[in-house]
Amino acid sequence: MSTPDTLPAPDAAATPAPVALAVAGLSIRFGGLMAVEDMTFEVREGEVLSLIGPNGAGKTSAFNAITGYIPASSGSITYRGVPLTGLKPDQIAGHGVVRTFQKTSVFNGLPVLDNVLIGLHRRARQHPLAIMLGLPGVRRDEARLRDLAWEILDLVSLRGRAGEVAASLSYGELRLLEVAIALAAEPTLLLLDEPVSGMNPAETGAFMALIARIRTRGTTILLVEHDMKMVMGVSDRVVCLNQGRIIADGPPAAIQRDPQVIRAYLGERYVRARG
Amino acid sequence: MDQLLQHALNAMILGGTYALLGIGLTLIFGIMRVVNFTHGELYAFGAYMMYMWVMLIGANFVVSIALAVALGVLLGAGIEILLLRRLRGADIDTTMLVMIGAWIAMQNTEQLVWSGVAKSIDSPFPSAPLVMGGVSVSWTRLFVFAVAVMLIAGTWVLIQKTRLGKAMRATFQDREAAALMGVRIDRVHTATFAIGSGLAAAAGALLGPVFVVYPTIGDLASLKAFAIVILGGLGSIPGATIGGFILAFMEELGAGYVSSGYRDAMGFLLIIVILLVKPTGLFARKERIG
Amino acid sequence: MSRAVTLAWVVFLFTLPLWMDNLYFLHVLIMAGIFIVAAMSLNLLLGYTGQLSLGHVAFFGIGAYVSSLCSLGFEIHVFDVPVGLAPKPVWLSMIVAVVFAGLCGWMIGKISFKVRGAYFVIVSVSFAEVTRLVALNWLELTQGPMALNNIPFLKLWLPGIGDIDVLGKMPNYYLVLVVAVVTYVIIRRLVHSRAGRAMIALRENEPLATSVGIDVTRFLVLATVVSAALAGLAGAVYAQYVRIVDPDVFLFIYTVTMVIMVVTGGKGTLAGPIVGGLIFGILPELLRGFEVQPEIQWVVYGVLMILIVYFLPEGIVPAVRDGWRRVGGRSGAPPAQPAPATPAGATPATAEASP
Repeated sequence: MSTPDTLPAPDAAATPAPVALAVAGLSIRFGGLMAVEDMTFEVREGEVLSLIGPNGAGKTSAFNAITGYIPASSGSITYRGVPLTGLKPDQIAGHGVVRTFQKTSVFNGLPVLDNVLIGLHRRARQHPLAIMLGLPGVRRDEARLRDLAWEILDLVSLRGRAGEVAASLSYGELRLLEVAIALAAEPTLLLLDEPVSGMNPAETGAFMALIARIRTRGTTILLVEHDMKMVMGVSDRVVCLNQGRIIADGPPAAIQRDPQVIRAYLGERYVRARG
Repeated sequence: MDQLLQHALNAMILGGTYALLGIGLTLIFGIMRVVNFTHGELYAFGAYMMYMWVMLIGANFVVSIALAVALGVLLGAGIEILLLRRLRGADIDTTMLVMIGAWIAMQNTEQLVWSGVAKSIDSPFPSAPLVMGGVSVSWTRLFVFAVAVMLIAGTWVLIQKTRLGKAMRATFQDREAAALMGVRIDRVHTATFAIGSGLAAAAGALLGPVFVVYPTIGDLASLKAFAIVILGGLGSIPGATIGGFILAFMEELGAGYVSSGYRDAMGFLLIIVILLVKPTGLFARKERIG
Repeated sequence: MSRAVTLAWVVFLFTLPLWMDNLYFLHVLIMAGIFIVAAMSLNLLLGYTGQLSLGHVAFFGIGAYVSSLCSLGFEIHVFDVPVGLAPKPVWLSMIVAVVFAGLCGWMIGKISFKVRGAYFVIVSVSFAEVTRLVALNWLELTQGPMALNNIPFLKLWLPGIGDIDVLGKMPNYYLVLVVAVVTYVIIRRLVHSRAGRAMIALRENEPLATSVGIDVTRFLVLATVVSAALAGLAGAVYAQYVRIVDPDVFLFIYTVTMVIMVVTGGKGTLAGPIVGGLIFGILPELLRGFEVQPEIQWVVYGVLMILIVYFLPEGIVPAVRDGWRRVGGRSGAPPAQPAPATPAGATPATAEASP
């Protein structure tokens, strides 16, 4: 719960923060298909890094490999010096690396508050025997978890919907709930997979504000997103992928001017629109 | 040595009918994603129909087998249309509960109709066994084996060579794509369940005269079919065929060298061991569901 | 309010034998109660983790056999070496039975949660069938079909009352009632805790559950162990009540009965197995009043099971709860805007997804 008072401003040119996540030589193969080829990039502590690239560029595959949902064919993934390759998703979450999913994924049948409580799993201190014996420590812990859950619901502005079943939320609210569940798991590195796809501009704006609030908690963010306004608005750095390979890596302004990126991904129309 | 050979021969012959049972179940699971708990009841149904035609009506033995299989096919189609069609798209557990309900209802209906007393079916073959060297085999069992092999071959041809078989294979691969290509999924499902049920009824009609028929024979038949199918990998026909023979060998050897009381336990031990070692079964084609 | 209703029920059930002197009906309630305990334990797996265990009767039977064998004593020969156990007190035997059933649950959980869905179902059925065949064939230990007879009944010492023989209807009624309440409380505590939420999360969305750090297998195994131990407890209570145990306790039909109780009452709800258990515990007795053959009873069970899946897929308890909400707008658990410090019990963590 340490909230640093002074945050590295996005364009602070002081000494760079230490490396948090290091992906080196990552390749992912499905049968004969190369989804990701020799991918190398780093995410620094406290920054917001966006992975962009056209569909099929291997962004989601990279996400899945980092979080342990698919095995890497070769290469290494280390977070704060700990190798993540070969670990199961829950173990990776245990190291503070938590993700959301591209396709909206919540606990549909449960109330919003319970969704967040499930997310708080890692922060609960309850031994199964203590639970069954009904020890007072468990009740205190439950009360503490509830307070934490309300806090997180406040952060994503879903307090008013706490009692509703998740399935009854609007699309935009569902995407906020996803983030709330992930935040509950106390990530130090949060991976967001296309969080604003399908949102209207107002919702996207609110989401950008949410990312800014999450940053103030000291959480590093790795973002995969198609919405360029969002990417350029929140990122400290952008890595552009094409056909499984990295073609550009730099601050948003540089990426926007990078000819390779423009050719591979952004297209002439975007350049004209910006111009 | 002769004893071992005799066990092997018995296993070979039993394996043919087990394979029939397994193929039926694996077809239904592979194509429809239904864990069919009524499978054993169709086996029992086949055996009772055999009893009815041969012993009560006095029909010809071979004709009776054909009739039993045909009735099994009809009953299977009926179950699919009546119970399963409206559950399409429901999750696998829901379907399983319905099939368990159907199983209980069917088995106890059998008990009501035929009473709990075991029935035996006379076979028209000479009772003196065929003796070859140190081993012997009854003519009935030989006949049963021959018919089972023919039915297995027939099913294989049906799946590989006919239009229906093609539609079934397409549905197995990808239901949505098959539907888009104009395959009528409803018909494929009905046909699949009917064929699978027919095969179970055939196994019952064939083994009825070898053993005796009583209302709960279906339970063991179901469980053995599950063992066979898990051995072979859910959804694989060659796997089910080989699995049928493997189970028969295990049972014969278990009964011969451990204790006849544990004969039927072999299949379950096999399931547990297989799932420990290779959860996808020995011959899995696709990744398992669940 | 829901707490008051629960309390009223408990008081009603505890005073029941005082004004109800029909011993036969008490027997029916005892048997229903034993099955309700087993059904509640099954519900933990089937309802909360979403794993359909069709071998649950194995744990019940193991509990019955282990507790009987411990209290009777036995002698077997392992490679001609005699291994024996002198008779132990019944309370100790029952504890051994619970622990042993729990261990079996741990083993099965470890083995079979490599696989899910259809495979798990088949493994659980196979396990039950193997235990039945062992009980049938290991004559030296189990007497096989001759059954274990004259199983000792439980003797208890209670402060203020002294020694009690749990023999006959009334003491057994109270024993079953206490066991049922304890089971209910344990499951309720589990469900409203970190462990229970992990189980529900697995049922609802496994990839998401793992993404927030839930070790799914660990909680599945926990659910199986607790579930098996409680089923074993039910079996041990059963054995010392009927005082004869034969391999038929492993019959698949009993698993089916438990499944029907859970599904009818409402899987994944605390009250579901109790409601279902009362219905299917008492229904056979009503049918018996019409002199119906047992086969017809089972046919009725089978058909009912199908009809419930078609027309009441959530079970009775959720249906009644929804109906109550629609009619009165009131409910036990206020759905909207609970205060930050709601008591754990008020959260409907048990709601089922209904597509």
